[in-house]
Amino acid sequence: MAANNNAKNNYVDVKGMIAKNKQAKSFSTVTEKIIPIILFLFAIITVFTTVGIVFTLLTETIEFFKLVPIWDFFTGTVLKPMSQNPEFGVLPLINGTIISSVIAMLVAGPIGIMAAIYLSEYASDRVRRVIKPMLEILAGIPTIVYGFFAFTFVTPLIRSIWPDVAATNILSPGIVMGIMIIPMIASLSEDAMSAVPKAMREGALGLGSTKLETTFKVVIPAALSGIIASFVLGISRAIGETMIVTIASGSSKNFTFDITQSMQTMTAYIVEVSGGEAAAGTTIYYSLYAVAMTLFVFTLIMNLLARYVSRKFREEY
Amino acid sequence: MKYIDVNQVSKRMNGRIAKNNILKSIFLAATVFGLIVLAILIYRVIVDSVGWIDWDFLTGRLSTAAERAGIMGAILGTLWMMLVVAPVTLILGIGTAIYLELYAKKGKLQSIIQTNISNLAGVPSIVYGILGLTIFVRAMDMGNIILAGGLTLSLLILPIVIVAAQEAIRAVPSFLSEASYGMGATKWQTIKNVILPAALPGILTGAILALSRAIGETAPLTVIGIPALIIPFPEGIFDKFTALPMQIYYWTLDSSLVAEYANLAAATIVVLLVLLFVLNSAAIFIRNKFQQRF
Repeated sequence: MAANNNAKNNYVDVKGMIAKNKQAKSFSTVTEKIIPIILFLFAIITVFTTVGIVFTLLTETIEFFKLVPIWDFFTGTVLKPMSQNPEFGVLPLINGTIISSVIAMLVAGPIGIMAAIYLSEYASDRVRRVIKPMLEILAGIPTIVYGFFAFTFVTPLIRSIWPDVAATNILSPGIVMGIMIIPMIASLSEDAMSAVPKAMREGALGLGSTKLETTFKVVIPAALSGIIASFVLGISRAIGETMIVTIASGSSKNFTFDITQSMQTMTAYIVEVSGGEAAAGTTIYYSLYAVAMTLFVFTLIMNLLARYVSRKFREEY
Repeated sequence: MKYIDVNQVSKRMNGRIAKNNILKSIFLAATVFGLIVLAILIYRVIVDSVGWIDWDFLTGRLSTAAERAGIMGAILGTLWMMLVVAPVTLILGIGTAIYLELYAKKGKLQSIIQTNISNLAGVPSIVYGILGLTIFVRAMDMGNIILAGGLTLSLLILPIVIVAAQEAIRAVPSFLSEASYGMGATKWQTIKNVILPAALPGILTGAILALSRAIGETAPLTVIGIPALIIPFPEGIFDKFTALPMQIYYWTLDSSLVAEYANLAAATIVVLLVLLFVLNSAAIFIRNKFQQRF
C-alpha cells in the first residue's frame, strides 16, 4: 500500500528505504560474522580427529602398560593373548610387519622407479596419457580385492612353483602389497623427475650422453629427494596396509624370518582381536590399543621422514 | 697429434646406445608389469564369478548356503553408509576448505590445521577403525550400526575431500570474486554466489573419488565389528548392517572351508568394481563436462 501511495505521489520514501536497507544490512552483517565461526568449527573437527586418535590410543595404552610392563611388551618374542597364561610380546608383530613391508618394497621399489623413468624420460606424451590413468586404476582397486587375489591366485601360484610355502604365508601378501604400491611410487617419482628442468637434460644430451646416462647422472640425482620421499611413503603405506595381510598371511604369531610361513602383522592383529570377542577392560582389549599406538607411531615417523626428506634435500632450480 | 681415436669412440658409442636401448625396453616392461597384473586380476575375478551373478544373487538375502546367498543386504548397507558419508564429508570438507582458503589468516593456527590435515591423510585406515570403535561404537554407545560405520569412514576420507576442495577453490580466478566485490557483494555473498559455483565441479570430482575410496574400505569396518551374517535388510542409518567389502572379506576367509565361497567373493568383487567404475566415470564426466577453464 505504502509503495502504491509513494508511486502515485511521485515521492520517494527515502526514510523507509534507509530503514529497510539497514535491516537487511544488519541481517547480512550478522551472517557475515556467524559464517566464519561456523566454518572455523568445521575446520577444527580435523584437529579434534587427531586429538581423538592420540587421546584414545594413549589412555588405553597406558592402561595396558599397567597390566603388562612396557619392557616386556617391546622385548617379548612370544605373543599368546588367548592362552591361559597370556604373553604379550609385540616383536612377532613388528617382525611380521617389517618382513611384509620389505618384500613389498623389493617389488614396488625397483619396478616403480623403472616405470617412473620410462614414463618421465622415454615415453611419448601419447603413451604417457594412456598408461598413467591405467596405473591409477591399479591404485584405485580396493585392498580387499588384492587380498582375494593374493589368497586365491598368487599363493597357489607360488605353491605350485615352491611347494614348501604354506597355505597362508607372508611372501604372497608381501608381493601383492608391492604390486599395489607400484603406482604410488611410480607416480610420485615421476612427478619428481618431471620437475627437473629440461635445460639440465639438454645440457647432458648436448655433451653426447645417451638418454640412459642423462637419466642416471643428471635426472635421478636432481630428483633424488622426491624419489626417496616416494619410497618412504610407500613403506608407510605397506606398514599400514591391513586387508591383504589379514587374508593371505593367516594369524599365527610366529617370531620367524622364514617367509614361507604364516606371520601376523600389527594391522592383522588389530583386526583379529577387535573382530573377536575381546570384551572391554580385558588385557587383550587393551593390547589392541598398544599395538595400534605402535603402528600409529611407525607410520607417523615415516610420513614425517618423507616430508623432511623432500623439504630438506630438495634441489632448487 | 690425435686426441680422439675415432674407432675407439665409435666402438664405445655402439655399446652405449645398445645399453640405452636394452634398458629402455626393461623400463617399458616394468611399466607394463603393473598393467599385466591388473589384467590378470580382473580376468581371474571375472572367470571365478561367471555363472554366479544373476538376479537372485543381486536381490537375495545372505545365506550360509552358497547357492542361495544373495548380496542385496550388503548393497543396501553400502548405499546407506554412503548416504551418511556423502553429506557429512561434503559439508565438513567444503566448509573447512572455505575457511582455510578464504577466511583463515595466514598464521600459526592455519598452518597447524593444514599440517594436521596432511598428517591425517597418512594415518592407516585401521587406526580410524579404532577411533570409530572407541568413540562412536563404545563411548557414544551406538553399537555397530550404519551411522557409526558411516561417521568412521567420513573421518577417514575427510582429508582427501578437504584437499580437493581447497585446490578447486584456489583454481577460481580472483577476477571473478573481485568483480563480485566490485558490485557491492559481501564476502559470504561472493563465496556463495560466485566462488562456490565456480569451484563445484572440481569439488564434486574430488569428493566422488574420495567416496569411491570409502566404498572399498574394509579395515575400519572389520575393527568396528560388522558381523558376518545379517539376514534382514537395513532400513535406516540406525540398523545393523553389512557392506560389500565385508562380504568379500568373510567369503574369502571361509573359501578354504567352502570352495564356492570363493566364487561368491569374486561375484561380489565384480559388483563392487562395477559400482566403483560407475562412480569414477561420473567423476570424470563431471570434470570434463562442467569444469570451466578460465
